[in-house]
Amino acid sequence: MAASGSLIYRQSGWTRMTHWVWAVSLFFLLLSGLQIFNAFPKLVWGKEAGFEYDNAFLEIGAQDVDGARQGYLDLFGTRYDTTGWLGLQGDTVQAFPAAVTIPSTRNLAFGRIVHFFFAWILVGTLAIWAVASVVNGHLRRDLVPNGADLRKLPGDIADHARLRFHHTRQYNVLQKLAYGGVLFVAFPLIILTGLCMSPGFNAMAPWLLDVFGGRQSARTIHFLTMAALVAFFVVHMLMILAAGPLNELRSIITGWYRIDPEPTPAKEDAQ
Amino acid sequence: MNRRTLLTGASVAALSGCKVLDDARGGTLGAVMASANSLTYRVHRALGGGHTLAPEYTQADIRQGMHPNGSTNPQTADYLALQGNAWADYRLEVGGMVGQTLSLSLADLRAMQAQTQITRHDCVEGWSCIAKWTGVRLGHVLAMATPQAGARFVVFHCFDAIERGLAGEVLYHESIDMVDATHPQTILAWGVNDEDLPVRNGAPLRVRVERQLGYKMAKYIRRIDLVADFTGLGRERGGYWPDKGYDWFAGI
Repeated sequence: MAASGSLIYRQSGWTRMTHWVWAVSLFFLLLSGLQIFNAFPKLVWGKEAGFEYDNAFLEIGAQDVDGARQGYLDLFGTRYDTTGWLGLQGDTVQAFPAAVTIPSTRNLAFGRIVHFFFAWILVGTLAIWAVASVVNGHLRRDLVPNGADLRKLPGDIADHARLRFHHTRQYNVLQKLAYGGVLFVAFPLIILTGLCMSPGFNAMAPWLLDVFGGRQSARTIHFLTMAALVAFFVVHMLMILAAGPLNELRSIITGWYRIDPEPTPAKEDAQ
Repeated sequence: MNRRTLLTGASVAALSGCKVLDDARGGTLGAVMASANSLTYRVHRALGGGHTLAPEYTQADIRQGMHPNGSTNPQTADYLALQGNAWADYRLEVGGMVGQTLSLSLADLRAMQAQTQITRHDCVEGWSCIAKWTGVRLGHVLAMATPQAGARFVVFHCFDAIERGLAGEVLYHESIDMVDATHPQTILAWGVNDEDLPVRNGAPLRVRVERQLGYKMAKYIRRIDLVADFTGLGRERGGYWPDKGYDWFAGI
């Protein structure tokens, strides 16, 4: 089997366990979050929401156009007809459709219970992961880009664009940046903006509220970070399919990963 | 389960209506998930100490009237009678586990030391609204009534019928713990934005609990009871919305 490289143990149990707990948690957090969004289907910037003035830049709703009910997405003052998808589904007026909310009926109370339960799971798992990754070297060895990584960045971008993947023990630099972005930027951001929506937490850390520009801004950043994580998920899935789904799946389930065979012409010459 | 089955399962669940947890609400799973709120409550009390202060804002931050929500125009007979007489006959009753029951007119309350604060009201729905509130500290009124040692919660009984069902009217009620009740920003407010509290915002008297969500801040208060637990009170979860499945501790 000259064409096939050797199997290496690439992902520790800590990495695999936390990965899957996050995958499940984020699924429930996303859909219960959309349920919560439906109770006030606007994104607003600032400390408060305008009722006697307008400071929303995104709104999902339903309106009557020439006697017909129409669902709409209003983005920076431009209205798009989203009937059937956003704002109006059949006879149901709600922002995100039941197909993407948990629970599938309008139930803010239970949506919040699901959301905060998985929020605790996410935060707890992140703490476990952080300790394990510092101790076992995953953080330093696999995630923090070094100088060599950054020099390889242009070539790595070109390789990805051509869907030419290298299977090595190390993450390539785009992987390091993507995973690092999720773990060190998106997760902290979505957790802190989530906490900043809590009036109890605001009393503990009022300065953090100012950092995000007020409670409604924090809510908006929370939503946009969610959108960024969904975009990450889509790319993550595409990359796995393109790079060889069986090998990638094996490594995140069992830890074992088949790397590309070493180019060894020199060795053969010597023999 | 591998990732593909998980993803297929997830996308099928998503496309066919996300019903994965629809039946969980009333069961053990729902109870387990709801218990996360007890953890939140304990962590807030541990980290937030007793009396960390909610952020206060400036006059320039008041850009609109206080947005009303929930009951905005109670129609119960006793409320309408009091309203028709400009609250002259209104009495706030304070009772339950107290050494001294109280019956206070609006004039009595206004004669006490007033406190004004510009704070942000956060609705459980997600919106916020900044307003200036004036009233007397709840802690001051409670001290006058001398709570008994076993009193753990302060229950607000209200005039407004939030729901009219076959079983009759359901009157709004809410409750907070003694930590929030004695918090320096917790006031019985009779004024908003330099005016008398209008009916839509809870006239003649509502409570402000600045580290909690809006539904904890009962409007149209008729009576305040100190209790050890919620026995005999609705579905015994401590409030109208908690009875409907919302968290009793609404600090988040």
